Formats: sequence, C-alpha cells, structure tokens
Amino acid sequence: MNIELAQVSRWYGNVVAVNDVTMTIGPGVTGLLGPNGAGKSTLLHMMAGFLAPSGGTVTLDGTTIWRNHDVYRSIGLVPEREAVYGFLTGRQFVLSSARLHRLPDPEGAAGKALALVEMEGAADRRIETYSKGMRQRVKVAAALVHDPAVLLLDEPFNGMDPRQRMHLMDLVRSMGAEGRTVLFSSHILEEVERVAQHIEVLVAGRHAASGDFREIRRRMTDRPHLFRVRSSDDRRLASALIADASAGSVSLTEAGLEVHAVDFRRFTRLLPRLARDADVRIWQVSPADEDLESVFSYLINRSS
Amino acid sequence: MNGVIAEISYRALLGRRRVWLLVLLPAVLLALAVLLRVVDAGGERAAVMLLQTFAVGTMLPLLGLIAGTGVIAPEIDDGTVVHLLAKPISRPVIAQTKFLVAASVVAVFAAVPTFAAAYLLIGLESGVASGFALGALIGGVAYAAVFMLLGTVTRHAVTIGIAYAVIWEGVVGNFVPGARRFSIQQWAQTVADQVSSSAFLTTEITLGFAAAALLLVTAGAVVWAGQRLRSFSLTGDE
Repeated sequence: MNIELAQVSRWYGNVVAVNDVTMTIGPGVTGLLGPNGAGKSTLLHMMAGFLAPSGGTVTLDGTTIWRNHDVYRSIGLVPEREAVYGFLTGRQFVLSSARLHRLPDPEGAAGKALALVEMEGAADRRIETYSKGMRQRVKVAAALVHDPAVLLLDEPFNGMDPRQRMHLMDLVRSMGAEGRTVLFSSHILEEVERVAQHIEVLVAGRHAASGDFREIRRRMTDRPHLFRVRSSDDRRLASALIADASAGSVSLTEAGLEVHAVDFRRFTRLLPRLARDADVRIWQVSPADEDLESVFSYLINRSS
Repeated sequence: MNGVIAEISYRALLGRRRVWLLVLLPAVLLALAVLLRVVDAGGERAAVMLLQTFAVGTMLPLLGLIAGTGVIAPEIDDGTVVHLLAKPISRPVIAQTKFLVAASVVAVFAAVPTFAAAYLLIGLESGVASGFALGALIGGVAYAAVFMLLGTVTRHAVTIGIAYAVIWEGVVGNFVPGARRFSIQQWAQTVADQVSSSAFLTTEITLGFAAAALLLVTAGAVVWAGQRLRSFSLTGDE
C-alpha cells in the first residue's frame, strides 16, 4: 500500500511546521530523517490520522486518512510517547489490541505478536514494571497484532539498549522485506542508514532530500567540511595547505587553523602527508561542523 | 458499546487509588445520616436538607466530575487514548462506551448511597428516598456526560469542572433565581420532587423543562464528545 502526501502543509497559528511536502511512501522501509523540531512527528501524525493537514491531502491508496477510522485495518501505529496502560500486563495490552481489531483468534494473534518482539518471558508482568525498551517492544507488538500492511513508527529506537535496538532493526527490516510499507522517523543518520532502503529528509518543515540512502550519504559526505587543526607549527602547515586545491580557505586563529575543505576525501588524505613533508606535528584535527544541523542545512541550500 | 474499551475504562477508573475518591463522598453522606439518626435530629425536614445540600448539591457534581473526566481525561493526558483511537472503531462508539462506564459508576457511587442515607433517616416516608435516588441517578448521568465532554475539550477539565460545580451550581444556582433553570442540580431536585410527596421539598422548575433539559444536555454532550474524538489530534512535542 502507498501513503501519498500531496502538497501537504501544516501550521499552528503563524508557525509553519510542515511546508508543502509531496512524497509517496511505498512498500519497503522508509526512514524519515531530520533534526529535532524538523516536523517529522507532525508529518507522521498526519499519515497516522492524528492530525489534519492545513493544506494538501494525505491518502492511503487513494482514501483520505483524516477522520477515517477504517484506515486502521491497514495501519499499525507505534507512537513516540509511552502510551501504555501500566495496570495491564503486556499480554493483556496486546490482547486488547487484537480484540479491538475484532480478530478471529485474538489470543493466538497476541501470542504471535509477543513472540515476534521477544516479549513472551515478561508478557504476564504488569507494564508498569517494564523498562523503557520493553514498553517500546510491547507497543510494537500491539501495533503488529493485526498484521497491518502499513506500519508507522515514531522514533522507535529511542530508549532501547543496543541489543534491543538491533533486534527491532532486524524486525523492521524483515517487515519491509515482506512487502509491507514501513515508515519510521529518526534524527540519527546511522539508524536510518542501517534499516531503511529509502530516505526522506525533512529540515525545518521542508522536504530537503529523497532517495536511496547511499546517494544521500554520498551527498552528505561530499559537502564542504570545516576542520579545526592544531599542530606544532600552524603557520607552516597553513602555507603548505593553501597550495593545494582541496583546501578552499585556511585561516589562522588563536585556537589553531580553520580549514575549509572543498574535497573531503582528498583533504583527509592530503593533511597527514603534507604535515609529514613539512615536518609539522599534528596534535588535533576536529570537524567544526559535523552536527546534523549543518549537514541538513547544506542539503537544504543545495536543493533550493 | 465496546466491551474491551469498557473493561479498560473500568479498570482505569476503579483501579487503585482513584476508587477511594469515589468512596469518600458517599461515606461522608452515610456518616452524616448515621450521626443525625444517633443524635435523634432526624425527621423528614433534616433528611431533605441533607439530601438537597450534600447529596445532590455537593456529592453529585463532584462524583460526576471524578467519573466523567476520569474515563477520558487521564488517557488523553498521557497519550494512552491513542491505543483505543488507532483502531477500526467509530469514535462516537468509543465516546458512548466511556459515557456508559462513567454513568454506571455515578449510579453506583451516588444514587445508591443517596437512597441508603434517606432510608437510614426516615425509611420510605413520603417517597423521599426513592425520589432523591432517581434524581441523583438522572442528574448524575447528566453530570457524567457533561464532564466527559469537558475532558475531551480541554486539558484543564478538572479545574474548570470544580469551578463550574462550585460557582455555577453552588453559588449562582442557589442565589440567582434565573440561573436555577440552567442547573443540573436543580433539574435533579425537580425529578426528586416529582416522586416525593414531602412538603419540605419545593422546586420551581417544571418537570417538562427539567426532563427535556436533562435529555438534551446528556445526549448533546455524548454526541459532541464523539465528534471531539473524531478530530482528536496529536500535536507532538515539536
């Protein structure tokens, strides 16, 4: 099944959270990537029928999602908040989901879903005794219990320990491989890279990039980088660097050199060689703009 | 009516500490009735006073508030309501189910103790016990509907509900004659007056008006709450 967003915008008063986004989420795993506050949750809530678009349309195979409870036959939603009843056991929680879906064999379906997330062991304990990762898994089980064609997960890997994270990543990947439409949001590039075949990047409410993760990864790596370098002789290193085309500009500051590298790969190979030839000892090389914000803002500027 | 939703709502409402809030007020009512009986200050006049001011005037709106907001507001607050809403179930059905849970809780915790308190004081004399029990039942159901709606409209349902119960129902309803026509408490007393033949209970609203108003307010609140749930939005932390 396909989720289609056509010129979707959402604003709160004067604040625009999502701005004119058009995208189609098809079968397989799609990662919705963007820094915090980019509008990922807003977009995901609109896909899940928990927010009306201010403009544009959000549809599931042509039917409107907003105010249409029938879509939940095909959609499983894992919300970001710890939305679980603490007084129920994990099994009761997943079973309630199965019964609300009016499945023919709710007990069987609940058991299967709990096994899928490896929660059979703790299934008969109250949810209030669970760790954050366990709550997350039980939420995933409740969302999967009716075998939905579409699965939406809002920051699903938050709060999980590495082993649980690996397991959920495997699960998400296999759901995608089975031909389900799986979308998850994340602000961590590595998570998206490991699970998603397809990436949609959202920055400041705008659709910044879309495509295969390798392609986007390459674009992110090939952007100009800013490095801060400290060495035994900054001045001599600077003059050696400036002679090469891969360093766009070099400036000498109190804290060391600031090098604007135009060609990332070439620069990373060049720096140690130059230092050795000039007999300069390098003490520190640190990226000055490695945060996601600057990576994303580069993508935004490129695409506009 | 959905059995799974009703079961979860009952457990959330009656489970653990919240049930004590529901038990407290009826316990005070029964204790007052016992006290009046022991000091021999009973009699029909005292019974009617107690039921009017405490049972219907204080306990009923507060229990309606606890039950009505309790079936929906905490779930909206902590996000668990999404578990129910992200299902192929019509949202008005969810609202109706929650209303039935709240109404049944008010019936048990308000109407039954009201009857018991009256019976303790004066037995079945002048139909006071059955009259006030019926009034508390119908009024309580209306309160449950109104406060459930409030729980779907605002996150400050309890604060606004208490302000409404104290200011409108308590002060304005008792001292401003015109406002009495628009007070659930007064409608409930009208119903009680209809059944009871006691000379100590007088009301000025006609039964026709009270019955129509109760029906309209209850049904309207449940329908509106269903519509509110249809448009339920997650705004997120962003």
